[in-house]
Amino acid sequence: MAKYMSCFDIIGPIMVGPSSSHTAGAVRLGKMARYLLGENPRKTDIFLHGSFRETYRGHGTDLALIAGLLGLETDDTRIKESFRLAKEASLDFSFQPADLGDVHPNTVRFLLEGETGYRLEMQGSSTGGGNIVVTEINGFPVELYGNFETIITTHRDVPGVIAQVTQVLSRHGINIAFMRVARKNKGKMASMMIETDQSIPQEVLEEIKELPYMSSVRLVGKV
Amino acid sequence: MEWSSLAEMAACAEEQGISLGRLVFLGEVQDTEGQERSVYERMSKSWQVMKEAVQEGLNNPSKSRGGMIGGEGHKLAAYLKKGRSLSGDVLDAVSRALAVAELNAAMGKIVAAPTAGSCGIIPGVLTMLQEKLNLSDEAVIYALFAASGIGLIIAQRASLSGAQGGCQAECGSAAAMAAAAVVELAGGTPFQVLDAVAISMKNNLGLVCDPVAGLVEVPCAKRNALGAANALVAADMALAGIVSVIPADEVIGAMGEIGRTMPEALRETAQGGLARTPTGLKLAKKFLSLE
Repeated sequence: MAKYMSCFDIIGPIMVGPSSSHTAGAVRLGKMARYLLGENPRKTDIFLHGSFRETYRGHGTDLALIAGLLGLETDDTRIKESFRLAKEASLDFSFQPADLGDVHPNTVRFLLEGETGYRLEMQGSSTGGGNIVVTEINGFPVELYGNFETIITTHRDVPGVIAQVTQVLSRHGINIAFMRVARKNKGKMASMMIETDQSIPQEVLEEIKELPYMSSVRLVGKV
Repeated sequence: MEWSSLAEMAACAEEQGISLGRLVFLGEVQDTEGQERSVYERMSKSWQVMKEAVQEGLNNPSKSRGGMIGGEGHKLAAYLKKGRSLSGDVLDAVSRALAVAELNAAMGKIVAAPTAGSCGIIPGVLTMLQEKLNLSDEAVIYALFAASGIGLIIAQRASLSGAQGGCQAECGSAAAMAAAAVVELAGGTPFQVLDAVAISMKNNLGLVCDPVAGLVEVPCAKRNALGAANALVAADMALAGIVSVIPADEVIGAMGEIGRTMPEALRETAQGGLARTPTGLKLAKKFLSLE
């Protein structure tokens, strides 16, 4: 667990019970999936692993994951009505117990489909005290904590692409806090995650989208 | 935070002639490069949510997610109104702590303090005290800073999580933090605050985390209730001038060490203690069969 630094790590967060890892963390994972999808979700299958699989109903983890997918905050008292809200938002969902292998005991995998038919697979874990980490997006291994605004690209694995993106950021005075690069095969598709100290204006995002070899660029907010 | 021990914090507060709460508050402002106003407002928001949680939990009790608890805080408050309780104001705080813990189990809005599983103790004790002593919100908010300063040291030197340290780390820490807040509110010295922390925590050493069916219900809610009582009695003892023979920092160290040597079955895994009693197993089976 991250070291406690602030009084508000001790008294706080303000949240809906019963469990910071099984409820608040689950809301944040759902919100992250919504951000990564980038549009309103229409359908999702959710796979629950470990402690999530054993106790998700009693902790309201199922309600919390759906609440996050609908964009609710961790302290929204409507979390307990999220199944009804999902119906109103025409979101179909299913929950399935799963063994996701040698992963954190509180791990979930989303198969998501958005309103335009865009599909997303995301896996992530609730690591305690409401903290989360997204570990996989569409087959790419990642490490995404939701504590910073983050740009996520998929692009051709060609020399110079990373430099182009960082140049755009530096020109706009945006500081990179953390950055990771991953690829599936050399020369084929790669992904980068850039966590920034400042927020990213839409025009900066558009500028990055226009760069050569980019196939998708998403901005994920803090969750 | 610049302090690594409670003794250091208390000495620093005495030297500057300010309360522990004020010291921790100023430290937070400095650490976060924040403005005094925004740091204060943030704790003030938590205090508002704590007060609302007490009212909601007492007035609109609902069944927990796992169905094992709900309405006991309300029941205790009604019993208290008959005027025949044997433990007086302590029981008032207890009923409130219970109500908040139940609200948590029913997916209501609470403040983790320090965790969701131990969220009832601090609001239970402090809302009772505010009404009884007619205290200002400002006084209580500084007491919350004092409590969180204690929690920060516990987090550094031991743990606040049941999975790491057993329930002594969750309800035990919450009780110690509440005891600290009470002494501060009652005008005790920073070193009396430390004695209250030590006395309270010593009585929770070894407290295991054994949730039935793995849910934050049994025994969690009633441990919140009794944690509130523990905090008030420990605070009164310290205010009476009783000194803890073992200093608070060493008690916290012992808590951390006990947590590390505690078997995993007794650290939030639902594999031991009350979770493994015949009734605990029966309830777990009933709950899991609903899946």
